[in-house]
Amino acid sequence: MNVVIDNLPLYLEGFGQTLSLLVIAGLAALVVGTIVAVMRVSPVPALTGFAAVYTEVLRNTPLTLVLFFCAIILPYLGSELPYFWCAIIALTAYTSPFVAEALRSGINGVPVGQAEAARSLGLGFGQTVSIVVFPQAFRMVIPPLINVLIALTKNTSVAGAFFVAELFGVGRTLANANGNAVVPVLLAVATFYLLITIPLGILAGRLEKKFVVQR
Amino acid sequence: MSASVLFDAPGPRARRRSRIASVVVIVVVLAGLGWVVFTLAQPRESGGITVPGYFDWSRWEKPVTDPEFWGAVGRGLLNTLQAAAIAAVMALIVGVLFALLRTSPRAAVRVPVTIVLEFVRGMPVLLMMLFILLVASTGAFWAVVLALGLYNGAIIGEALRAGIASLPRGQREAGLSLGLTRLQTKMRIEFPQAFRQMLPIIVAQLVVLLKDTSLGFIVGYNELIRTTMNNLSSFYGNRYLFTLFFITLAIYLTVNLTLSWVARRLARRRSGVVQNPENDAVE
Repeated sequence: MNVVIDNLPLYLEGFGQTLSLLVIAGLAALVVGTIVAVMRVSPVPALTGFAAVYTEVLRNTPLTLVLFFCAIILPYLGSELPYFWCAIIALTAYTSPFVAEALRSGINGVPVGQAEAARSLGLGFGQTVSIVVFPQAFRMVIPPLINVLIALTKNTSVAGAFFVAELFGVGRTLANANGNAVVPVLLAVATFYLLITIPLGILAGRLEKKFVVQR
Repeated sequence: MSASVLFDAPGPRARRRSRIASVVVIVVVLAGLGWVVFTLAQPRESGGITVPGYFDWSRWEKPVTDPEFWGAVGRGLLNTLQAAAIAAVMALIVGVLFALLRTSPRAAVRVPVTIVLEFVRGMPVLLMMLFILLVASTGAFWAVVLALGLYNGAIIGEALRAGIASLPRGQREAGLSLGLTRLQTKMRIEFPQAFRQMLPIIVAQLVVLLKDTSLGFIVGYNELIRTTMNNLSSFYGNRYLFTLFFITLAIYLTVNLTLSWVARRLARRRSGVVQNPENDAVE
């Protein structure tokens, strides 16, 4: 237990790194995911195809390999980013297809009549999607989106193995240094993760009840 | 909603516009890909000497023509599949157990199980692997398998519970009124139906499980990625890193896309029951 208290500043530093990975990669993934989702339902076949391939390839690649791509292949292409930003790019790329799929299933969940009504009022594709379908879809996908963010929180731990000193990285270092106190060290790491994931889970449950559209 | 509701059936002008947009997109994407391939293919300066580009045969020849190399890759892939298979069986068993205990009528069983479940679901699998590895000293293989089995078991358990909750109440009541006990009703009437209904989600979760065996790389289990990116790259030298990455990616995509395709077929066969199963799979 003492090990945990003595190293609290280190833990908090790692927690801060985890949080900033979560916030930056989360926001970026929301933006990229939304763009991909719109492309996926758009009338231009090439956009649809590109979005489909992007989603399938990234969703079927392990995060470890995506991180390898950012840590090894990106420098070959001339990037000189520090590991933190490599991790951000990898997490964004890995999470965005999940965001896109959550949004797409939300769009599919909006009753056809809504779009038909919008179309018969004379709205075009852009207007139908942006002011009729999307606002409704977005409410329905908020709980699944929060689940994606919870998954992202847990996935930031993989970045810890790639030289980013976030929570998992800190935990691993401390566990190696204090072989006799592995259990409290790792339980403390778990607690910090639960501090993020459990409130998010509760929030998802609440919003799910609140936003359920009565039809 | 089918996409065709969102826009009119395109007339000649819209078709032309859409075709132009398609061509523009294809050109942009091809240009991007072309740039990446071109940059990688360029010979580069490294420590004063010029080394060939990444698509040069000299960067591929040594591993690709070496039967030992393919043997090692095969063993890595086998290790990955082995860990995934055992963890999948375990996840299914743990999932049924969790679903059973979580819906127990006794609060003394239900509450602790719920807490454990939340704990397991809220923690990164990687942390669990490290925990099992260091605390239980089981060796890397069992650390990977146990952590994946437990974590995915918790998620499958929740899926099964949702499946049971969505069954019509009459199913359970009919079972009970026929004189079956609660457990018999659950095992013989509710679970088979819930299982069939949630099959797409469960299969999608098993694909995620297969992908997550790659975390074994970090805890020192010689699965595919560790074999190629760590062991083989130190054996052949760093200049083959790109080649090894490329081969690993190709293998993973082949295996996972096949499995996802199976998952989707299962989903389609039961279409109308659960849609878009992949979305409900949690990372």
